[in-house]
Amino acid sequence: MLARLEGGLADFQSGFAASLLSAEKVADRRFSVHRNNVKASLVAALAARFPVVSRLVGVEFFQAMALVFIERCPPRSPVLAAYGAGMGDFLDGFEPVADLPYLADVSRLEWGRRLAWHAADASTISIEALTAVEPDRLAGVRLDLHPAASVVASVWPVISIWTTNTGDEEARPIGPDWVGQSALITRPGLEVFVNALPPSAELLFRSLSAGVALGEAVARAEHIAGFETAAALSLLFRTGAVTSLAVE
Amino acid sequence: MTADRRPRGGLGAGAGLKPEHYRDILDGRPGVGWFEVHAENYMGTGNGAGGPPHFFLEQIRARYPLSVHGVGLSIGSAEGLAPGHLQRLAAVVDRYQPALVSEHLAWSTHAGVFLNDLLPLPYTEATLAVVVRHVDQVQSTLKRRILIENPSTYLRFAVEQMAETAFLCELARRSGCGLLLDVNNVFVSTANHDFDPTVYLADFPVEHIGEIHLAGHASIEVAGGESLLIDTHDRPVSDRVWALYQSLISRIGPYPTLIEWDSDVPTWARLSADVARAESLLSFEEGRHARAA
Repeated sequence: MLARLEGGLADFQSGFAASLLSAEKVADRRFSVHRNNVKASLVAALAARFPVVSRLVGVEFFQAMALVFIERCPPRSPVLAAYGAGMGDFLDGFEPVADLPYLADVSRLEWGRRLAWHAADASTISIEALTAVEPDRLAGVRLDLHPAASVVASVWPVISIWTTNTGDEEARPIGPDWVGQSALITRPGLEVFVNALPPSAELLFRSLSAGVALGEAVARAEHIAGFETAAALSLLFRTGAVTSLAVE
Repeated sequence: MTADRRPRGGLGAGAGLKPEHYRDILDGRPGVGWFEVHAENYMGTGNGAGGPPHFFLEQIRARYPLSVHGVGLSIGSAEGLAPGHLQRLAAVVDRYQPALVSEHLAWSTHAGVFLNDLLPLPYTEATLAVVVRHVDQVQSTLKRRILIENPSTYLRFAVEQMAETAFLCELARRSGCGLLLDVNNVFVSTANHDFDPTVYLADFPVEHIGEIHLAGHASIEVAGGESLLIDTHDRPVSDRVWALYQSLISRIGPYPTLIEWDSDVPTWARLSADVARAESLLSFEEGRHARAA
């Protein structure tokens, strides 16, 4: 008897959930309160997560676009801080914004900042910890990177676009000689920082975060024009991307 | 420190904690009894759980009692609690050792999709069996009693076999959980279902209450000209909800009472004025009940 009725609850919830997510009109006006709650609250969560994307496309467009995102990529966890991870890939394939090809990377930068805000805490070390290592042992050093540290690499001037649309009342136009930018996102304390990372340093970051020893990581990056070991390492330590090192 | 003479857990009146007020609270050290947080706001993301939310919450926790209020377990889902979520809740509870832990009589996850609303349940024996099983699972994992909150509802279902108050009473009796009585939700639901809130409160199993919520609501007009109350938590507690609250505690005595204000968050001064109002009503009842005892 109970089992049959529990089946009833499961069926009830399946039908209810399907109607909530469907775009079809529902007969019950009261039911629409729940549908509006679900959609409006998720749109608001995404707008809070991606304010620069919203500014770039306009609030109304963003809301309509967010509804499509919600339909294609509904949240899979009650932790809404984790909702929006797929926005970059979604925007890459979203035809109506094809004329804003940098939009996806801007969303990845905003998402990276959000992840950094919530990431685990860790204390950072300064470059003196590295310079104190005996020179003949430097190549074997492994650096541990901060849980909040990440890189968003872009062929677009993603930092310039994000900066002017975050801080300026009226966005400044990007000059004709713009170049692609990679953003190093860090949060050594309570504040999230975004710094430009030269392409060669980006490769260094990726090697180090994969656990590659310093000598090998530098060797991989050295092939890229303009790579300066000292400058790249200095940036990583200065921005709070390094939490500890181990000498082999 | 003066001795705590409160009969009901020593908490008095508290406020829902909002990031907008972290600094006001830490700088001003207001005389508020306790704070309540939504558990989900402190569960972090894939790279751990740290940063400013925990930096501030840890300092506030060091100075005030805390209540952890979950909004995402989906206790009423036939298919089970939201996957992995009980472990996340347990981590928050373990980290902050709150005085109270509560969740909702609702469901919000289905087929792996989080619907971000507290969805209504039909009050049947079958639903009761599901909810009792899940509350038991939560209490076993957390190794503590939790409180379950009465919802704001807009819909009723033909299959229902019992009133909400009877459902909650049976839930508390069978699972050993306590109840979080949200007086605003009572006002909203009874208005929406053309029912007398004083009758609801008279039927409510008050012996299981562990906490009371007060919040603001809005009236909207849905298509067809019907008006509905919605628990928006975006404005002051209404006078009629205050009146219900006052008459309730005058009957049952003082209980930890929270002012919830979750959107269009006001200044700390405005929010704390409502907390002070609840505190003064609680103090009055406390004195009266102490004299009567």
